Amino acid sequence: MDLKVNDYTTDDGLTVITVEGEIDVYTAPKLREKLIDLVNKGKFHLLVDMEKVEFLDSTGLGVLVGGLKRVRAHDGSLELVCTQERILKIFRITGLTKVFGIHDSIAEAEENRKGAK
Amino acid sequence: MATVELSFSALPVHVRTARLIVTAVARRAGVAETLLDEVRLAVGEACSRAVEAHLRHCPDEPVRLELTGAGKRFEVIVSDTVPGDDPMDALPSASPAADLELGAWGEGAAELGLAVIAGLADDVDIEATPKGVQIRMSWPAEAEATV
Repeated sequence: MDLKVNDYTTDDGLTVITVEGEIDVYTAPKLREKLIDLVNKGKFHLLVDMEKVEFLDSTGLGVLVGGLKRVRAHDGSLELVCTQERILKIFRITGLTKVFGIHDSIAEAEENRKGAK
Repeated sequence: MATVELSFSALPVHVRTARLIVTAVARRAGVAETLLDEVRLAVGEACSRAVEAHLRHCPDEPVRLELTGAGKRFEVIVSDTVPGDDPMDALPSASPAADLELGAWGEGAAELGLAVIAGLADDVDIEATPKGVQIRMSWPAEAEATV
C-alpha cells in the first residue's frame, strides 16, 4: 500500500501534514523527504496528522524524531494528532510520548498553539 | 519442522508482505484477535532489522522466517545471515526515550526496533551465531487450533 502525504499551512503559520496508509521501512523515506522539504522551505512549525495511519513501525518513529530534531534546530516544533490506541501504544513503549506533543485533533493543537503564544 | 517457512529477498518492499503472511498464519493458529496487531508489528520490526542488515552486508541473501503454530504457542523465528555482535546487548530494558537526549537518536535507530519487539512480543529470545542472528518470538495460541 502506498503512503499518501499531503500538507497545508494555516493562516497562523502552522503546517499540517496529513499522512494516510502504512509507515514502514519501505514507505518512511517518503515522509522523511516531505519533512526535509518543508524545513528547507522555512516551515518550522509542523503538525503531523496520523489519524489515517494504519501502521507505524520504528522506522517511522525514527523519521518523526529526525523531523523534530530538524525543526528544533530552527526553534520550531513538531507535534502529532493521534487518537488511535494501536499507534499510541508504540509511542508509549518507546517512551516517545514524553518527546512529542500528542493532540486529539487538529483543532485542539491549534488552540494549544494560540494559548502558548 | 516449521509449519510455514518463508524466505524473501532483502528488500524493504517485501516486509509488508511478510507482515501480512505472518498475521494470517497467526490468526489461523488461534492467536487472539487482540494480539494480532502486536504480532504484526513485532515481526515487521524483526524483518526490517534483518533487511537492513542484509542490505549492508549481503544484499543477495534472502531473509528467512519460520512460523510454528502447532502447540499452545505461536512461534516466529526471523533469521538473517549477518554474523555480528550479540544484539541482546542493545536490547533496552526500559523505555529508551525516557532518559535519552534527543540528539542521541538517529533516524531508524536499530535499538528503537528492538525496544518495540521487547515491548510487544510475549516471549523474546535473540541469538547471535557465526551464521547470523535469530530473533525468536512467541505468543499464546488456542490449544485446539490447527494450522
